[in-house]
Amino acid sequence: MAETQTELKIQEKAENTLPLEGRHGNNVIVTSVDKVLAWARQSSVWPMTFGLACCAIEMMATAAGRYDLDRFGMGVMRASPRQSDLMIVAGTVTMKMALRVKKLYEQMPEPKYVVSMGSCATCGGPYWKHGYHVLKGVDQIVPVDVYVAGCPPRPEALLEGLMMLQEKIKREALLGKKLAPMMAA
Amino acid sequence: MTTQEIHARLKARFGDRLGELTEGVDPFCVVETQSIADVCQWLRDEPGIDLTSLMCLSAVDLKDKLEVVYNLHSMKHKHRITLKVELSDRDNPHVPTISTLFGTADWHEREAYDMMGIVFDGHHDLRRLLCPDDWEGWPLRKDYVVQEYYRGLKVPYPQGQDPNRGHWVSQDIADQRVNPPQRREPDLKSMSGNEA
Repeated sequence: MAETQTELKIQEKAENTLPLEGRHGNNVIVTSVDKVLAWARQSSVWPMTFGLACCAIEMMATAAGRYDLDRFGMGVMRASPRQSDLMIVAGTVTMKMALRVKKLYEQMPEPKYVVSMGSCATCGGPYWKHGYHVLKGVDQIVPVDVYVAGCPPRPEALLEGLMMLQEKIKREALLGKKLAPMMAA
Repeated sequence: MTTQEIHARLKARFGDRLGELTEGVDPFCVVETQSIADVCQWLRDEPGIDLTSLMCLSAVDLKDKLEVVYNLHSMKHKHRITLKVELSDRDNPHVPTISTLFGTADWHEREAYDMMGIVFDGHHDLRRLLCPDDWEGWPLRKDYVVQEYYRGLKVPYPQGQDPNRGHWVSQDIADQRVNPPQRREPDLKSMSGNEA
C-alpha cells in the first residue's frame, strides 16, 4: 500500500513538471515567419573561438560557469569560422594580425556579426600614441555591430554587448519589413 | 672564476681583438666585430670557462652607433661575462652570427634584425620575427619614422595634446579644445571643517 502511494506521488510530481511540449496540448501559436526566424537566430548565435589578448581572458570568463554565456545560446564556441555567426574581436589587433582577422571574417558564412571588445579593438586603446604596430580600430577592416568599452571589459559588459546584438538581430528581417532600428543607449 | 679572471684569459688568448674590461654592475668588454664568433666559441669550449649559456642577445641604438650585447653565463662554474660589439655604420650594420654556436641566438638575432636592422652574416633564416614581412623600417631605432600606410591601412593618426588635461588625443579633438575651460582648484577654505 505504502509503495503504491509513493508511486502515485512520483507520478503526480512528474505530471506537474512536464516539459513544455506536454503542457499546452495541441495549441497553435500565430506569428510572422520573420519573427520566428529572428527569434531562432538570436537564440543561437555561435561565436568563433578567437582571442587576441587579455580581453580574451574576460571572454573565457564570460563563457564559463559564473556568467554562463550558454544562457543566451551563445556558448557554442566554434573552432572554425565556417560554423560561426559571430566574431568577438577580443584584444589588440596588430597590423600583422589585421590581415588574418579580415580573412577569418571573410570565411564566415552570412549573416555574420562582429563585436569589438575593449579599447584596443575599438580604437587602438593604450597603443593609440606609440603603437606603430597596432591597428587603430578593427572597424577599419570589418564592419562592427556592437562596441564594448573597457580595458578589458568585465564579463557583465560583454554580456550587455551581446544582448544588444541579440536585440539588433531581433529587429532584422530576412523576408519582410524591418523593425525600427535600436536607439543608442 | 671572476669576470676579471675570465677577461684576463680572454686577453691572453685574443690580445688586441678585444678591449679593456669596463667595471660596473655588469662588467663588459668590447670585442672587434669580426672576432665575436671566434671569441664566443672559445669561451664556450675552453675547459674551466665553459660559458655554455647565452642568457641574452640584445641590440642598443646609441645614435652615433649601434651596439649588440651578449650576456654569457656558465651553468657549471656560476660565472659570467658580457660582451659588446659596436657598429658605427648605421646604414649597413653587419655582425657574424653566433646562432651556429648557441641555439638561443637564432630568434634573438632575428628580433635584433627585425627591430634594429642589424644583419647577422651566416644566419640560416634571417627574417623578421615580430613585424610583418613587408614592414618598412626598423621600429626600435631612435630615428624611426612610422610609415603612413600598411597595405592600405592607416598606421599613425594625427595626434595632439589635450591642452586641458595633457592627454594625447586625436588632432581634431585637440583642436576643438583650444580654449578649454580652466581647471578649478578645489576651494578648501570654503569647505566646512578646513578653516583651521
